[in-house]
This record gives sequence, structure tokens and C-alpha cells, in this order.
Amino acid sequence: MDFLVYLLQLVLALALAPLVPGIINRVKAKFAGRHGKPVLQLYYDIAKLIRKGEVISDTATWVFTAGPVVSMVTAVLALALLPLGGVASPFGFNGDFILCAYLLGMGRFATVLAALDTGSPFEGMGASREALFGAIGEPVLFLSFLALVSTAMSMGIPSTEVSLSALFCGFSPLAWVAGRPELMLLVASMGVLLLVENCRIPVDDPNTHLELTMIHEVMVLDHSGPNLAFILYGASVKLWIFAVLLAGLVIPAMPVWAYTLAMLAAVFAVAVLVGVIESIMARLRMHIVPALIGLAGAVSAFVLILTLVR
Amino acid sequence: MNIFLLALLLMAAGAVATGVIALRPVTAARNRTANTLGPGVAAIACLLGLIGVFSGGWTSIESFQMSWGLPFGALAFGLDPLSRLFLLPVFVLGLSCALAGSISLRHTDPDEHNLGAHWAFYLILLLGMTCVMTARDGLFFMLSWELMSLSPFFLIDFNDRDRTVQDASWVYLVAAHLGAVFLIAFFAMLWQQNGTTLFAAMTVEAPAHATLLFLFAFIGFGAKAGLAPLHVWLPEAHPAAPSHVSALLSGAMLNAGLYGIIRSFDFLGPMQDHPAWWGWLLVGVGIVTALMGILKALGQSHLKRLLAYSSVENMGLMVMAAGIGLVGVKNGIAWISALGFSGCLFHMLNHSAFKGLLFLCAGEVLHSVGTVDMTRLGGLQKRMPMLGILFALGAASIACLPPFNGFAGEFVISISLVKGLYLPGLEQKIAMLVTLTGLMLVSGVSAFVYLKAYGMTFLGQPRSQFAEAPHVPANKLLLPLCLPAALCVIGGLGAKFVFQMIQPTIAFIPVMPKNLIDIAQNVVIDGTSGLLGNIALFGFFGLVLVAGAVYLRRRLLGTKEVKRGPTWGCGYQYGTPRIQYTPASFVEPAARIFGPVIGTETKEQLDQSYFPQKSTFGVSAPDVVRGKFYTPLFEAVLNGFNHLKVFQSGVVNTYILYILVTLVALLVWGVA
Repeated sequence: MDFLVYLLQLVLALALAPLVPGIINRVKAKFAGRHGKPVLQLYYDIAKLIRKGEVISDTATWVFTAGPVVSMVTAVLALALLPLGGVASPFGFNGDFILCAYLLGMGRFATVLAALDTGSPFEGMGASREALFGAIGEPVLFLSFLALVSTAMSMGIPSTEVSLSALFCGFSPLAWVAGRPELMLLVASMGVLLLVENCRIPVDDPNTHLELTMIHEVMVLDHSGPNLAFILYGASVKLWIFAVLLAGLVIPAMPVWAYTLAMLAAVFAVAVLVGVIESIMARLRMHIVPALIGLAGAVSAFVLILTLVR
Repeated sequence: MNIFLLALLLMAAGAVATGVIALRPVTAARNRTANTLGPGVAAIACLLGLIGVFSGGWTSIESFQMSWGLPFGALAFGLDPLSRLFLLPVFVLGLSCALAGSISLRHTDPDEHNLGAHWAFYLILLLGMTCVMTARDGLFFMLSWELMSLSPFFLIDFNDRDRTVQDASWVYLVAAHLGAVFLIAFFAMLWQQNGTTLFAAMTVEAPAHATLLFLFAFIGFGAKAGLAPLHVWLPEAHPAAPSHVSALLSGAMLNAGLYGIIRSFDFLGPMQDHPAWWGWLLVGVGIVTALMGILKALGQSHLKRLLAYSSVENMGLMVMAAGIGLVGVKNGIAWISALGFSGCLFHMLNHSAFKGLLFLCAGEVLHSVGTVDMTRLGGLQKRMPMLGILFALGAASIACLPPFNGFAGEFVISISLVKGLYLPGLEQKIAMLVTLTGLMLVSGVSAFVYLKAYGMTFLGQPRSQFAEAPHVPANKLLLPLCLPAALCVIGGLGAKFVFQMIQPTIAFIPVMPKNLIDIAQNVVIDGTSGLLGNIALFGFFGLVLVAGAVYLRRRLLGTKEVKRGPTWGCGYQYGTPRIQYTPASFVEPAARIFGPVIGTETKEQLDQSYFPQKSTFGVSAPDVVRGKFYTPLFEAVLNGFNHLKVFQSGVVNTYILYILVTLVALLVWGVA
């Protein structure tokens, strides 16, 4: 029964994921005093792209077409490890947070290789930056996970049962009221990670993909047709993953229907928040970004040490 | 055991036979004979060795001993699960490197190279490694160690007319022997305490000077494993050696250092009697080595040097994992100790598979393009698809990406570190978590390094005319590379079974106490192999979904046109390969951050005038330890000895005076 409920939740997440970029765009438009694109624009885009042919660079090989496929599949697999709507993932297991982080890493690896495959200097630039931010973002994500693991173990959850489903399903608010409010800080560092991993302002600007300053958008310049549709969809699933992680940090345990509604509300709230940030902030200079990631890492490390000192 | 001894005899006989060929004047025909005989014998011996390793049951302990007419020591062999496990990479890589080497050397010019000698030393190296892993006598161990350490000198010095190759082999020789000094001291002290050199008889409860013995073993074996700051020979030797030799040295010989560290606990008594810092020393040196190695690898544009630094990184991770095992034993926690040691051994097997594969691939690149300088490569995936796929597989495995074997090994190590939260004491917990964060940084950066290695070598457009038209090897010549490649996939999707195969060995690790072994065999194996099974299941899911998505794309495209066109240049139409990102510019953002830590040198000459002239940009990472520590040290030693030259006047009369003075001095001493 739980399995079926979870599958429903998974289908819901996969179906609603393209909505998040739409909401972000609508918020940005409102801020700028425009009416903006339809909220469902990404659905229209994907529907249009899958009906088109492709143009592939002469330089490119199978690596180029494998990139979008692998990055989309790894995003979907990573999503399937998360607890959704208050239901623990039936695929989850002890230590699945390691697999989740590395699945996202695999997707990044494939995207970067696809970018390098075209031999374009622009895409090389994006690839180089993405590879670096991925490399230093990984330890930060882990520090945040570890702070939760350490709290869970000191609150009596055996280490053999520590999984994403145990940590991101009403656990964190429980810990807050049990006298561990330091976990609230994780929301900040996970929020920064969301912006970094999904290439949003202030790390990357998803709008101006012909500038020399971009990361993700510039890596996918050469993709077209179904390949581009896969990339857009995979990116929206990845955004959903991080939004669900953030939601999992703040929503207390509730009945499934209430939790599902709360989670959807939280995910859309994250989208609105990202839209607001994009409207009121400028992009940081590229060499400041590692400092931002480092700051998030410092916050997570601080939380981790606080959880251990008790 | 008999089959195993037969394999040893075959290696020795092959070495003698190729040695005899080597002593005759070199002709094309003799080179051809040696190039068939040597690898053939090596391959058969390795196959026999593999049969020998598996025959008689994995957990059985077999031994063979005979006296050899020397005043002490004996020719004592033994096979236990620990030796068996370390022999696997020796034989598997010995086999595939022999075949790959035979193929790559088939057109060697007889005026330049004596292949008889090459294959004789190759067989001696195999013999030496096999004996090291199975020796059960201190003196015999050291003799085998010397065979294993000396023969690579001649193998590395293959292109002996090249000045840098000569230098590299000398650096190797010096480093190998500085390490051996500590090992001789180690065994001499044990011999002095026990009166015998037999391993079985040297097992003592708590030897005197245990800490000193431990440090000797750690430094001596650590130098072979390439731990910082004793790693300097690796980045010199690997680029200089022929690639099949690099693959064997990196994938099998480095393991001997790790084997030595683990085996030395046979003589050091139970870990409970020793201070906890032994384990932490291994953890600390291991993680620092790993970080240093991978950050150095980032700055390299020479593919084989990059791989060599990456070997330093991986050996660091293995020693770190062994240290975690020791910490677990000291604190009596079965999960940490069993998973630490399993992670160490698992990663050892994995590293042999993917590093052997990558070095052999680099060899093929060198063979077909003529260079492995990444600033001149690119576009090889299109020109050599099979080789590209093999390299991509190796790169994804070593970058610890699921579902390949590197991830499975790292997962086991990570779990053991997470269990570090059960350690008593805040500082131990924090140390474990800092190590885990370091491990994550290492794996993140290693993904970066291998994106660079594969992306710059195989993707994009060729950066030189050599890469434009490589000499493409026939696919059947790549067959020897398929063995390690298959092992990368098996180690990932079948991680559960490899992990279970390692488990009996854990019980034979000398420091593991009985009570921990019992818990490990009952709880830890089941728990962890279940997790690895889940990961493999996810890997299969992933493969199915990828296949599904590829099929979906086909269906979507249907009969629609897939056009080919030039890469989109953002409106700029005259793109050339020279405007591509280079290895230096690819790592520039990282060099900016990590530069102060690892000592990268950025050479930048950018022209910003109205009519731009030539601009250059380069990133290099010279070895700081070598430049700032060893070179001044050895120069100081040389200067010191230069002062002794006053005695070396070259005048015979003075020398006769020395003799007279010595004789008189001896006479006085004798009388007194």
C-alpha cells in the first residue's frame, strides 16, 4: 500500500516538476512589472521540442547525446531516493544519501562531457565552472547530511537506519523542539546549495545564455530537439529534488494528505523565494562564488560541531 | 600450492630464457622471438597463478618450505586469504599488461631496444611481486622485495637515450632503496629479538620497541605505496616507463606497500596494547596524501603524470581506510574496523582494475598519436571510438560514479567513517567526520580531474595535426584492455559479491581480534552487502532507464531529420580548434582557489593593446616536495661529501701514506 502511495507521489512530482521554473519566471516578471510568460511555459517548450528534429555538431560523438539522457535519468533516480509527501521511499536504504549525492555527480559528469564534446570555447568555459562548483559543492552537501545524521544518532536512531527517508521526513522539526534548534541553520546552507546546484542567481543567470559569464545555460548551447527537452526536464527535476530537501527540513510529521499539501506549498514557496532572490540580487562575480559555497560549508560545519558538542 | 609453485618456476624459467636471448647480439628476429616468448610465458604463468590462488579453497592456509643453504632464513612460501587477495591484481594485470605490451612493442627497432632484456626484467618483476606477497621468511621477503624493486629500474629505463627517462629511473632507484633501508632495519630488529627470520616464529605478543618497529614498517612500506612526502618517484617514473609497465607498477606493485603495512601487524602484537595514534597516523597521512595527490593531478597536462598523481591519491585513500580499521580495532567497534579494512581491500582491487585500464589506454594514445601531452590532443573519441569508450569507462569508475566499481569501494569507506560517530570522545568523532569531508572533497576533485583527462584527450577538436590523423589501432588489439574494463563493471554491478569475497580475508588481517571478527561475520557482512545489493539494483534501474530514454529519443525523432552542422559559435563563424578550452584554461578556476595550497604556477601573458599580439596562458603544478625539500637535501649531502675530496688528492704517495697510517693505527688498537 505504502509502495503505491509512494509511486503516486513520485508520479505527481515528475508531473509537476516543470511547473517550478514557470513559477520562478512569473515571480520575476511581476517584480519587473511585466505580465510574463505563462506558468506552464516549460510544458509547452518540452512539448514543442520533442516534436522537432535535431542539429548535432560535426565534432560531436555519442557522448554528446548521452549527456542529456544520463543527466535526466540520474535526476529521476535521485528523486526516487527521497521521501515524498511524508512517505518513506521504498527504494531508500541506510546510507542512501551517499548514493543520492553521487547520482547528481554522475549527471553533472555526463553534462560536462557533453559540453566538452562540441569543442566550443563557450561550452568549455561553462564546463570548467560547473566541474569546479560541483567538486567543492559535494563536501558541503555532505556536511549538511552529516549534521542530520549526527543528530539522529544522538537522538537514538540506530546508524543502520539512517537514510534520506529518516532524515528528511519530519525529523528536523522534531529535533528543533527537542532542543536542537541549530539544525535551523541548515536551511540556509541547503538554500545556498539549491542556488548553486541549479545554477540560479547569484551563482549563474539562466536568462542570458550568450554571455561569457554563464554556467549551465552555456553548456547546453548546442543541444536541440528531444535532447534539449531532456535537459530542460532533468534540470526541473533537479530543482524539485533540492526544493523537496528544503521542505523536508521544515515540515513536521503529519498525515500523508496534509504532508503532501504542505510539501507542495513549500516547494512552490521555494520557487517564489528563488524568483524574489533573482529579482532583487545581481549575479556574483565568478571568483566570489567559491567563497559563497565555502560560507555555506562553514555554516554546515558549525552546525555539525554544535550537534556533536552536546 | 603445487600449481602456484609451478607458476613461479615458469616465471623464473621464462626470465632465464629471455635473458639468454638478451645476451646475444640484438637482431630483429631475436627481438621477435623474445616478444613472443616473454609475454607468452608471463601470460601462462599468470593464468596458472590465478588457478593456484583459487585452488584449494579461498580460506585454506597452505605453506611450502625448504632450506636454501644460507646460514639463516629459509625458502618459505605461504598462501592465506590475505596473500591470495593481493595476488589477484598481480596476476590479472600481469596477464593483460603482458599481452598489451607485446602488442605495443611488436614494431620495436632492434637498433634501439633489446626486447629480450625487457621481458626478462618483466618476468623478474612478476616473480618478485608474487614472492613478496607469499614470502613467509624475513630474509626471503627482503630478497624478493629487492627483485621487485630493482627490476622496474630497468623497465622504466626502456627509452634509455632520453635524458628525462634516465633521470626518472635514477629517482626511482634512490627512492626504492631509501625505503628499503627502513625495512632492513625492521626485519633486523625482529631477527635480533627472536633469533629467527621465519614469520611464524616471529609472531610475538608485544615486542620491545614496538613503536619504533611500527614506524620503520610504516615509512619503509609507505615509501613503496607512494605516501606523501615519499611519493616523489611516482610522477617521475610513470610518465617515463612504457605504459604496460606503468600499469603493472601502479596497479600491482604499489599494493605491495599496503600489503606490507597490513602484514607487519603479524609481528607487532594486538592493537589493544598499542597507542591509538598508530591508527590516526595512517588516517592522517592517508587523507593528506590523497588530497595532495588529486590536487596535484589537477594541474598536470601530461596524461601519464596526471594518472601517476592519481595513483598517489588512491594509495592515500587505501592507507586511510586501513587506518580507520585500526582505529576501529583500538576502540573495539566491529563495524568501523571491518568496514575500514574491507573498504581498503575493496578499493585496492578496484584501483588495480581502473588504473591498469587507464594506463593501458594512455599507452594506446601515446602509440597512435605520439604524445600524451593533453595540450596537443583532442577529438580522439571520434577517431578511435573503442579506445574512447574504454577510457570513459575507466574515468567514470575512478571518479567514483555509480554504478561502477570506484563508487562501491568509496561507499564502504564512507559508511565506516559515518560509523565513526560511535567512537568515544568528541575529538575522535570530529576527526572521523573531517576525514569524511576530506574524502568527499577528494572524490569531487577527482571527478574534475577525470573530466579534464577524458574531455581534453578524447573530446572536442584535435589540438594538433598528430591528433588529427592518429594511427588507429585495430579493435582486436584492444582486447587485453577489456579484461580490466570488465572488472570495473563487475566490481560495480556485482559489488555485493566482490565484497563477500573479501570478507574471509578480513578474518585473516593480523590485528583483527577474535570477538570483532565474530561480530563482523555475523552482522556487518549481511548489513553491508545488502546495501551494496541495493546500489547495484539502482545501477540496473539506471541502465534500463537510460536505454529507455535512448529508445524514447529514437522514437521521438522517428523519421525526422538529424542534421549535422558546425558547432554553434555564438555568431562567430571562423572557429578553429585553437579557440577551444585548453587543459590549462579548464582548470584555471580551480588553480585560482587551490593554487596557494598546492603550489600551482600560472603563467599568464595576456596582451591587451589595441592590436593584440601573441598571448599565452599555462598552468603547471611542479612537485613542491621534490623542489623544496629533496633537491636541497641531496645537494647538501653532495656538498658535504665534496669536502671529503681533500683526501682524494690523486697522488699515489699520499695513498700509500694512508695505508701506512691505517696499518699503524690498527696495530696500536690491536696491542691496546
